[in-house]
Amino acid sequence: MSGEKLKITIDGIDILCEKGTTILNAARQAGVDIPTLCHDERLEPYGGCRLCIVQIKGVNRPLPACTTPVSSNMVVTTENEALTRMRKNVLELLLSNHPNDCMRCEQTGNCTLQDLAYRYGADGKIYEGEKWDLPIREDNPFITYEPNKCILCGRCVRICNEVVMAGTIDLVGRGFYAMPDTAFRKPRTLENCEFCGQCVSTCPTGALTDRKGRGKGRSYELKKVKTTCSYCGTGCNFYLNVKGDKVVKVTSAYDSPVSQGSLCIKGRYGYDFIHSPERIKTPLIRKGAEFVEATWDEALELIANKFKELIEKHGPDKVGGFSSSRCTNEENYLLAKWVRCAVGSNNVDNCARV
Amino acid sequence: MVVKKKAASKSKTSKTSTVKIDKDIIIRVCVGTGGLAAGSAEVIDAFYEELAKTGLKALVEKKCVNKTGCRGFCAKDVLVDVIINGDIATYQFIRPEMVSRIVDEHIKGDVPVREWLVGPDYHSFHERQTKILLKQCGQIDPENIEAYIEIGGYEGAKKALAWEPVDIIEEIKTSGIRGRGGAGFLTGLKWEFCRLSKDDPKYIICNADEGDPGAFMDRAIIEGNPHSVIEGMIIGALAIGCENGYVYIRAEYPLAVERLRMALEQARKKKFLGKNIFGSTFNFDIEIKLGAGAFVCGESTALMRSIEGKRGMPRPTPPRSVNKGLWNKPTALNNVETFANIPMIMTNGAAWYASFGNEKNKGTKVFALTGKVKNTGLIEVPLGISLKEIIYDIGGGVEKNRKLKAVQTGGPSGGCIPASHIDMPVDFDSLTRIGSMMGSGGMVVLDDTTCMVDVAKFFLTFTEHESCGKCPPCRIGTKRMLEILTRITEGKGKEGDMELLVELGIDIAHSSLCGLGQAAPNPVLSTIKYFYEEYDAHIRDGICPANVCKALRQYVVSTDLCKMCGKCFRVCPAGAISWEPKKKAAIDKLKCIKCGACFEACPFNSIV
Repeated sequence: MSGEKLKITIDGIDILCEKGTTILNAARQAGVDIPTLCHDERLEPYGGCRLCIVQIKGVNRPLPACTTPVSSNMVVTTENEALTRMRKNVLELLLSNHPNDCMRCEQTGNCTLQDLAYRYGADGKIYEGEKWDLPIREDNPFITYEPNKCILCGRCVRICNEVVMAGTIDLVGRGFYAMPDTAFRKPRTLENCEFCGQCVSTCPTGALTDRKGRGKGRSYELKKVKTTCSYCGTGCNFYLNVKGDKVVKVTSAYDSPVSQGSLCIKGRYGYDFIHSPERIKTPLIRKGAEFVEATWDEALELIANKFKELIEKHGPDKVGGFSSSRCTNEENYLLAKWVRCAVGSNNVDNCARV
Repeated sequence: MVVKKKAASKSKTSKTSTVKIDKDIIIRVCVGTGGLAAGSAEVIDAFYEELAKTGLKALVEKKCVNKTGCRGFCAKDVLVDVIINGDIATYQFIRPEMVSRIVDEHIKGDVPVREWLVGPDYHSFHERQTKILLKQCGQIDPENIEAYIEIGGYEGAKKALAWEPVDIIEEIKTSGIRGRGGAGFLTGLKWEFCRLSKDDPKYIICNADEGDPGAFMDRAIIEGNPHSVIEGMIIGALAIGCENGYVYIRAEYPLAVERLRMALEQARKKKFLGKNIFGSTFNFDIEIKLGAGAFVCGESTALMRSIEGKRGMPRPTPPRSVNKGLWNKPTALNNVETFANIPMIMTNGAAWYASFGNEKNKGTKVFALTGKVKNTGLIEVPLGISLKEIIYDIGGGVEKNRKLKAVQTGGPSGGCIPASHIDMPVDFDSLTRIGSMMGSGGMVVLDDTTCMVDVAKFFLTFTEHESCGKCPPCRIGTKRMLEILTRITEGKGKEGDMELLVELGIDIAHSSLCGLGQAAPNPVLSTIKYFYEEYDAHIRDGICPANVCKALRQYVVSTDLCKMCGKCFRVCPAGAISWEPKKKAAIDKLKCIKCGACFEACPFNSIV
């Protein structure tokens, strides 16, 4: 970006935007909502879904807002009769090859296609004809794929190749029968897929969903609690989706400064331990051959006494602190502080350095 | 017919087997795909065998049989020219077993085998054309660079090397040549944009992914004169300032690929390609990339993605390829025919080239003339010529002298031009104005036995099948249009179907991502525009006026022609025909399943 500012007009609103910005981004700056299905800020502009087409003064053909860069004094109309008709028609076409089973669809309430169909009044009844009738694919523990609901926006394919660079899926086939799939349409395994769930996070319909969260609650029933992943020191943020007192799934926090919504298999799908019956809920103290449940006070006191004994006997230099990357920065800081001040040793390290 | 170029040969050779021939003899055999399919390789072998057998070893050693590329009239292959002291005699439909008689009577005896010579239609087919591009295709040996150099080949490139790039671009701009791939963008202007784009390296690409059904112009040029394309690319590279070129050619053209490979190898040996070409400081080389048979890879941005090793899918423009093309670098992409024209413009000058064609459409264009026309094949005509001249003067008129109904131009992206517009000039702008397009140059002549709904369905089937799937209007829209067309041709058309087709067609044209999707509804929209009543008859009356759509056919026994043989009665699987000996047959329309068995069985053509 050169930093040069250009003046453009979108729906009568004059705005100043940076040279090289796309019309879509400029419109969002101005608070103008241009519909889109294939756009995701994390991905290269695609121009595939044809919903963001806008009319530019002096240009015959409507152009996609997501790929067209602004130019000086450009006058853009984002909605008029012709554009509305074309958008509705695109939606009608998409819905003509869609199960339209929103009543029992996992994504109801959290589906861009549904929102846009509502906004433009499309019901998928204009065009009759062949519809995909493919089985639901649950060939792995994490990701459910319902090809019939796919609208071929290509977001899953692009996030897999552009962001994760895993290359697990690509578009297979041509024309009406093109669909995202793995090489040779094989099941997803750890050999060909990282199970990071990025494809699920970007899917604007119910084609890709988190298998573990299916049927556990509608998006509007879920309380979203933002937290930091406890698995490693990267510190990705995400939302725990909670219904009642249960965590039912993890969704991306796109505003996370660390990962912009990206997660790995552990962060996205490794939350089983929360409600595991085998989870250790109190400290355990070994007594003879057995572990016996204890209170935190008992446990901490025992640890403190043992350390005191050791320091007295061997000196503080024989004690060190080694903390885990699963701890937060604050916890790591506290450990270092404790080793240095309370113990009096400089032996501090963290597994992230190894 | 023998074309006399000089006075008849004076020499009479003796017919002994120790022949010493004092005539200048050249035999030319077409080895284009059409010629080879008809057996030209065997014909060449037969000639050498026969010449050796009859004691004309000197001719065999001299390699007097020249291979040439396609000369356009593939319907008459194998075509053989026997040139004795400059007199050309052309034979048609030659098979290996016919060779001995030609050698005996014509080469040795100086008397051409009259009954095998081409007829006047062959000459009128060629004489009415303006051949500047295809002129050499049927004459020089495409596998020998010397043959191309002999006729002035690579002079244009040498001339360009001495010029400033801006002057080359100026010359191309002055010539007015527009891209032959279909869209008709000014070539000189494209090169200028690419040259001015501030990024390096730059690339030049030749699009030889000729995918339109029935189009074989580019194939014929590469097979017949591959060096002209290479030379055009060298000149283009000099103009835009790049060192790397690609030819993206479909793998379904094995012969063209082979000839191109051979030509590139020969050009490299001569130092016309590679480092310091023609002894200059300029480096340029060309790489061949094989297409895997996707129609959409003929679209420039999809083609570039395919070269990059990605799935061939178009991307929206801007940015245009001249700024961000292959590997995101400035790229000039032109069609085979465009490049083949460039050397001629450089050697003969822009003014010479601009003398062909009309005001905004300069030069000549090669068309693949097919369909219900007497002379089918490859033709080259100046832009602006009327359809009438093409069909009647060059094509010899409609087959079986039937009535002309329409002409389909531009392949699956084009449209149908009704017979009433036959006087219109054939050029980029006129064709677009009428709802069709130039495309790469397919031209299908349709007579009154053609059903226009069926034609539209044929082309749409192709586009629907070849859609890449990226954008919904093309992916699902063409599918839905095809479904509507199919139900119309099956007699299940509904009131409002035509309106739905038009509305959907216009939306697809406006909202599709690439040129292929935008042009996909053309065959449907143009046929609805000019043949509305034919669609109407299918939908409202349940009849196909041309009697093509099977489900709408109505079989009736013509009582005048029926000879009461009863064959139709015996073959009818539905028991719909009533007949008794010595009584004429009759078909019960309600019982008839329209299988056509009676139609096939009737020996008197009395079932219509």
